[in-house]
Amino acid sequence: MAKRTPLYARHAAQGAKLVDFGGWEMPLHYGSQLDEHHQVRRAAGIFDVSHMTVVDFPDPVSTRALLRYLLANDVARLYPGKALYTCLLNEAGGIIDDLIAYDRGAAGYRLVLNAATREKDLAWIAPLAERFGAVWRERDDLAMLAVQGPEALAKLDAVLGAEVMTAVRALKPFYVLETDDLFIARTGYTGEDGVEILPLATEAPALWERILAADVAPCGLGARDTLRLEAGMNLYGSDMDETTTPLVSGLGWTVAWEPAERDFIGRAALERQRAAGAPQTFVGLVLEARGVLRGHQTVYADDRAIGHTTSGTFSPTLNRAIALARIATGAGERCQVDIRGKRLPARAVKPPFVRRGRTLIA
Amino acid sequence: MSSHIPADLRYTESHEWVRANDDGTVTVGITDHAQHLLGDLVFVEIPEVGRTVAAAESCAVIESVKAASDVFSPADGVIVEVNEALAEDPELINQDPYGEGWLFRLQTTAIPETLLNAAAYEAIIVAEDEDEPSLANPKLAG
Repeated sequence: MAKRTPLYARHAAQGAKLVDFGGWEMPLHYGSQLDEHHQVRRAAGIFDVSHMTVVDFPDPVSTRALLRYLLANDVARLYPGKALYTCLLNEAGGIIDDLIAYDRGAAGYRLVLNAATREKDLAWIAPLAERFGAVWRERDDLAMLAVQGPEALAKLDAVLGAEVMTAVRALKPFYVLETDDLFIARTGYTGEDGVEILPLATEAPALWERILAADVAPCGLGARDTLRLEAGMNLYGSDMDETTTPLVSGLGWTVAWEPAERDFIGRAALERQRAAGAPQTFVGLVLEARGVLRGHQTVYADDRAIGHTTSGTFSPTLNRAIALARIATGAGERCQVDIRGKRLPARAVKPPFVRRGRTLIA
Repeated sequence: MSSHIPADLRYTESHEWVRANDDGTVTVGITDHAQHLLGDLVFVEIPEVGRTVAAAESCAVIESVKAASDVFSPADGVIVEVNEALAEDPELINQDPYGEGWLFRLQTTAIPETLLNAAAYEAIIVAEDEDEPSLANPKLAG
């Protein structure tokens, strides 16, 4: 039996096409994935992402020590109300998951992890948490709504009220505001302005309806995927997994090397790879021919296979195919991608492709 | 989800429709049900005119935002015309699958007896709806 979020009945009533995602029955789209994509780039859309795994650690002191050992980024850089993006690594430096860690001050820390990796993440974290004496609790009593787009904050004025929204507007990206009943973070997975809101599951359907009534379009996970790819954001399981390190996944910037004396799981392996030079580089690709890039296509340069695409799509904003790819370090800009036996010309670029509604690719 | 299934066409189990023309050729496209499953279409790789194809041979590829799907020839024959408009406007298939969204015209010696009538095709998609749709297998963000 597939798991359902508190908003399942709303999705069904709104005519969503529901598909299985990591054991969850989730909306793929509500009619047109392309329309929903454009809606988020041009106005505002709302996503139900309640399937994601939320774990709270109420004790700040023991948890700080735990997370400094558990995560490749350093929570010592945080202060109350601030969040960071990081990888959870194994000893070989391979990525178990990517997550956001929120510093909640005296209330401890909150981690938001992927849905499909829930079991292995918790199995990895639980014994370490015990060793550090950090108690934790999964917050399956919370829902999670992402409201994203250039008009997202303006549309939320009518829903959350002027006082809350003044405080939200004052937040920079990766900051969070907690009210009596809401956790509102300036985070997202679209490359647009917006927030992720975590209400109690029991209150989520009413909040969802009020946001829709404020002229925010419901959007499915299909549009979420094309938006995140345009924004150059990695998808766990496609762009990275336990066999790839952050250094070959475009995520070197999330590894906190300093202070050098901080020991974290995977550090030794990452330092060896950094010293030797990462054999592969993570790049964006733009197809310079008609067609659609997908994951697992072979990339060539001068008739030599130099790597693979990890995820690809038709970019609705650019009106051409784009991909993320892991290719040999030192390869040039020109390359070809094998699409059904034909090698089509492509160009390597630095992601993101689109950010805040603007095309960043010539 | 109810799909439009014109009574005057024949169908394949792989969701192509076939219209017999007066000149002995057949026009081929994908069904309303198929375009619904695929979602917004963004690219069509159509066959070359003059290509000889066999029944059940893959002769076109249709790509939606989420996946690529083969289109199979409903009969042995030669491609005599393709819908060039799809190069610029693949969404014609979403908007008008049995009209402006046609794929190609085939000169064929014989239309296979195994093609389905509308009622038989409808029975297949009703049965499929109860399982996982075969055309849609998206990998999603989460």
